Amino acid sequence: MSKHHVSATINGEPAEFLCEPQQTLLDALRDELDLTGSKEGCSSGDCGACSVIVDGRVVCSCLMLAVEAEGRAIETIEGLARGSKLHPLQQKFLEHAALQCGFCTPGLLVAAKALLDRNPNPSETETRYWLAGNLCRCTGYDKVVRAVLDAAAELRGA
Amino acid sequence: MPMLDYTAPSTVEEAIRILSGASGTAKLLSGGTDLLVQLRSGRTKPDLIVDTKKIPGMIGIRETDGGFVIGAATPGAMIGECESLKKAWPGVVEAANLIGSTQIQGRASLAGNLCNASPAADSVPALIVARATCIVAGTKGRREVPVEDIVTGPGRTCLTRDELIVEFHLPKRPPRSADAYLRFIPRTEMDIAVVGAGVNITLDRSGACTDARVALGAVAPTPILVPEAAAALVGHKLDEKVLAMLDGAARRACKPIDDKRGTIEFRTKIAGVLVRRAATIAFERAGEQR
Repeated sequence: MSKHHVSATINGEPAEFLCEPQQTLLDALRDELDLTGSKEGCSSGDCGACSVIVDGRVVCSCLMLAVEAEGRAIETIEGLARGSKLHPLQQKFLEHAALQCGFCTPGLLVAAKALLDRNPNPSETETRYWLAGNLCRCTGYDKVVRAVLDAAAELRGA
Repeated sequence: MPMLDYTAPSTVEEAIRILSGASGTAKLLSGGTDLLVQLRSGRTKPDLIVDTKKIPGMIGIRETDGGFVIGAATPGAMIGECESLKKAWPGVVEAANLIGSTQIQGRASLAGNLCNASPAADSVPALIVARATCIVAGTKGRREVPVEDIVTGPGRTCLTRDELIVEFHLPKRPPRSADAYLRFIPRTEMDIAVVGAGVNITLDRSGACTDARVALGAVAPTPILVPEAAAALVGHKLDEKVLAMLDGAARRACKPIDDKRGTIEFRTKIAGVLVRRAATIAFERAGEQR
């Protein structure tokens, strides 16, 4: 079986890797590129822990083949902070205690970033529907939603 | 692991050549939101995956003579962002956008939803009532197939092994036309339809229905067109008597199964309720154009 060579842009940097045809993007990120921030929860697109942004759209990296990443721009949780400076979403998640075990947090942050990239002023309802594909079994979502809305306000300069 | 290969042809002709020449089982990949789950569970064991998304036109929406052409692999999110499509075909757009989460919407396509051939596929009843057709390409050329003729049973379609859907066509709409799609799930998001109902109508200046299509999902082995329910609407304004006729015709067309999502009795009753509500929404939408 031949491996595929894939060139993509990951968090703004050119990246290359080899993958098997059936390997998912999530597997390639974690196993080939050592980007282990994206988590494998369900492997069926239900939990959102593996969320990444591909060409501006948030997707489940467990439901995308790694070979499909050829030529695409991918943003993962590792691209959110700037060096040691947390992204406002990350900061607000900490301030609002919007995480407990933390397994869902990378996916929630990436999905929330995709929301704010497209809608800087989402309502609570819009936020809840947007994040419906990110399951958290600890927090009950209220703190997550508050953190996202607070981060949105900060990013708007409010 | 079984031997599996992946290819991404750049033209429809190349895709057809690959499909017709494949020695084992080839599977088409659009958004992959069903295919990757089935690959992982072992429900499907293809030898080759043919990714359609590098073919020009497979992703995108364009307007033609008042109608719309939607590329087969266009993701739901893109469909939801197309304001002119939403205005002309609100029911088609709301049905496509009901499929899965934001993440799923970033990938899931109409061709995938149709060819996965689930009786509960949300976009299918809406496309059927819209008189949407598929352009199917294969070794014998291209054919235009009404959406209702594609699915032949759960997980089965009428496409031959060398064929793929290239695009969907939505016709030009007469004035005072509108559609609506509703589904019942026991929560507000992220679930599979217990029943789905699509209604598409055209009204005359007085508000009476001159043309109607009604389709149901998840109440039979395939999504079904229900001409008897449409007949209950044609010639009438919407009143309780007409809604009762519509409700009855929809219920009589149901041949559902009992499963964990709903009983036969429940699904049948809900089909009647949903067509009433979808028809009411479609009439309101069409009425606003008068």
